[in-house]
Amino acid sequence: MVEARPRLHAALAGAALLGALVLPAVLAAFGAEYYLSLAGRVLVYAIAATSLNLVLGYGGLVSFGHAAFFGLGAYVTGITIAEGQLSPLVHLALVLAVTGATALAIGAVALRTRGVYFIMITLAFAQMLFYLANSIKGYGGDEGLNLRARTALPFGLSLKDETTFYFVALAVLVALLVAMARFVPSRFGRAVVAMRDDVDRAEALGLATFRLQLVLFVAAGMLGGIAGLLHANQQGYVSPGLLHWTQSGTLMVMVILGGVGRLWGGVLGAAALLLLQEVVGAYTTHWEFVVGIVLLAVVLFARRGLAGLFDRGAAR
Amino acid sequence: MSGLFFLEQALNGLQFGLMLFLLAAGLTLVFGVMDMINLAHGSLYMVGAFVAAWLAPLTGSFWLAVGGSVLITAVFGMLLEASVLRTLYARDHLSQVLATFALILILNDGVKMVFGNDLPLSAPPALAGPVEIVPGLPYPSYRLLILGVGLALALLLYLLVARTRLGALVRAGAANRPMAEAMGVNIRALFTGVFGIGAGLCAVAGALLGPLLAVQVGMGENILILAFVVIVIGGIGSIRGALVGALLVGFVDTLGRTLLQQGLREFLAPQWASAAGPALSSMMVYVLMAAVLAFKPQGLFPARG
Amino acid sequence: MTPPLLAVRGLVKRFGGVVATDHVDLDVRGGEVHALIGPNGAGKTTLVAQLAGQLRSDAGQVAFEGTDITRLSAHRRARRGLVRSFQITRLFRSFTVREQLALAAMAVDGANLDPWRRASDVRAAQARADELLDALGLAGQAGLAIDALSHGERRALEVGLALASRPRLVLLDEPMAGLGPEESQRMEALIGRLRREASLLLIEHDVQAVFRLADRVSVLVNGAIVASDTPQAVRHDARVIDAYLGGAA
Repeated sequence: MVEARPRLHAALAGAALLGALVLPAVLAAFGAEYYLSLAGRVLVYAIAATSLNLVLGYGGLVSFGHAAFFGLGAYVTGITIAEGQLSPLVHLALVLAVTGATALAIGAVALRTRGVYFIMITLAFAQMLFYLANSIKGYGGDEGLNLRARTALPFGLSLKDETTFYFVALAVLVALLVAMARFVPSRFGRAVVAMRDDVDRAEALGLATFRLQLVLFVAAGMLGGIAGLLHANQQGYVSPGLLHWTQSGTLMVMVILGGVGRLWGGVLGAAALLLLQEVVGAYTTHWEFVVGIVLLAVVLFARRGLAGLFDRGAAR
Repeated sequence: MSGLFFLEQALNGLQFGLMLFLLAAGLTLVFGVMDMINLAHGSLYMVGAFVAAWLAPLTGSFWLAVGGSVLITAVFGMLLEASVLRTLYARDHLSQVLATFALILILNDGVKMVFGNDLPLSAPPALAGPVEIVPGLPYPSYRLLILGVGLALALLLYLLVARTRLGALVRAGAANRPMAEAMGVNIRALFTGVFGIGAGLCAVAGALLGPLLAVQVGMGENILILAFVVIVIGGIGSIRGALVGALLVGFVDTLGRTLLQQGLREFLAPQWASAAGPALSSMMVYVLMAAVLAFKPQGLFPARG
Repeated sequence: MTPPLLAVRGLVKRFGGVVATDHVDLDVRGGEVHALIGPNGAGKTTLVAQLAGQLRSDAGQVAFEGTDITRLSAHRRARRGLVRSFQITRLFRSFTVREQLALAAMAVDGANLDPWRRASDVRAAQARADELLDALGLAGQAGLAIDALSHGERRALEVGLALASRPRLVLLDEPMAGLGPEESQRMEALIGRLRREASLLLIEHDVQAVFRLADRVSVLVNGAIVASDTPQAVRHDARVIDAYLGGAA
């Protein structure tokens, strides 16, 4: 791939990791622990947005229903906790199984379509799951479900503690980014990008496009589910709104904002959007208006997203 | 379950379907002719409702309010198109999604700032009472009016698209834009006009449904999704498809909610029926879409060959 | 007699009321360059799309190396050794010239679901890419993105992608489309070299080049084959002259 300025990127990544590691301590030093929960939210959405970036940015599949996996992961976690089961292995296994199976079912149908039809089918399935979540009276229905406990951690640690949660989420994000960095130049990664560029040509050359895209879709769904698992643990609350199409839209906005098909796209986009909401929200209740203006400006003037700001005229 | 009840629900479905058509018509034209995904279309519907609700006490007349709203919303839509949306035609769908999503945020909050979170809008007092259209079935006369307006507009649109030069230009643009451009059609003006008409139609739907569904911020998001489902079912770029799709969705959605509940109660214990009912009925529309796409992947009446 | 490499029998394709492919019979023998010519709108690209597996026929059979492939998808045909190139260049804009050739070389080996191994570490594919770069005359452009290439270079790469997996039969859809005289000559020379590697079904408009390159020529008019013979025979076939060559040959 034509990747510009790898050394600069590596340096920036290193600096970002270092910064992330010391952030809790820095915040504590300034008495700004409140922002730790914001940082935690950024991490969770960074994972969700990065999982969408896999399918949307690298795969070129405009999935407008990704919130479904995020929400499913959260709900599976919430319901399992409500039923008294707190084992992390059980939670992880269930989340992966449910989101994986759902993504397999949705993908098997949706990937037979193209363009706007693909968008609509993914949207439709997500909406169906939203309505389903809305109607399960036993687990909160449209009011949502409060979680009394969290996924259990070893060594007496608790995810109710903001700092612990932060580092767990950070570890997951770092693992995801490392895996993606390995994935992109791999055979699968290259095949995925080729399919994004021209899926018919890729198929004409011998790539089993349906199968490859389905695997990608399922992987992305499962990763979205893991983000949901973390979200449920951080908020202690799950609601059907997590599966609504506007939530899918928000995730897409994060990816597009951060840079579609760029390794850091999901992270930068999530950070930018959430920080923007936070900063603007501190000054005015009309933060939606301001955020909307900023987003519009980004679309009109910064075409490659935030990650693209670190290129300098390199071929994409 | 009586035949009268069924008739009443069918009329409700027809009425909802016709209003959906007004939204879908504009959306399908914009998508078909300009190849643009416009998520803010639902916001125009919201703007139309709010402007009508604002004008009603000012003018003292429901009809003046509706008419005024149509004009104002259409102009607003055209200004929006000429300033911001025009730059998006050449961009990829993702950029369009991002930009129009941003517009949703801006318009939601903008409306809140100007008008507040919600505004009351009532049907004209002359239409407050029911009419007995069939012995034993009193039907709200206001809803009958909506039916009438909806049918009239559907007919008008059909004539406009099928019989006028403007309509021919629009159909040509939807079918093959580069060709239409090459033949010297003033695409810019055409697009702005199409967008204005779409916005006006949204305003009609918003104003008419306002008394029934409540005029509030965010009312556009839910109906927008249905409008997209309609145009996918009907075929992108086709007015005829939008009408058929809208009627289908209107019926399935309305009848689905009521009939399904009833039907489920025959078979399941009450608590399951009341749990499964709403969930399944909301899903019906999407199942319908999946079913249509399974047989006709481009929708029922695709505009492009 | 050995069965033909590609055997097409009674292929039919309709679009609404139009019969685009009208009961086409066609043979391509191993080792030959078989040209397919015909006027615009004759249905050549539609036929190629069906042979390559992108378009499903309404009736008829296609057999490749003796096996019925009529119902096989495009990627399975590619894996069996039947690949096409496109009339309108379709390249991968995210990759350099070298990377695309390597990708195309790896596409058929069925090991693409590997999220770990770096694509650049697959030696066989990289070697094949180097080989092709030389054969196509693109060695100097190996590290460039596709928008840095001239039209002629892009057409050469287009053909190169189809060749990368060492197919036994290549369907070349108007490889010389849009090329100037010098570039056409180079493409003609390239095709001449290609015949040593693979059998070719060559769709072309440039009748002169076709007659120089082809062992046999089939003529497609209004979706039907009106003649299929040596260039000499076809050149003098009354039906062909009537329907296609007119006085322009």
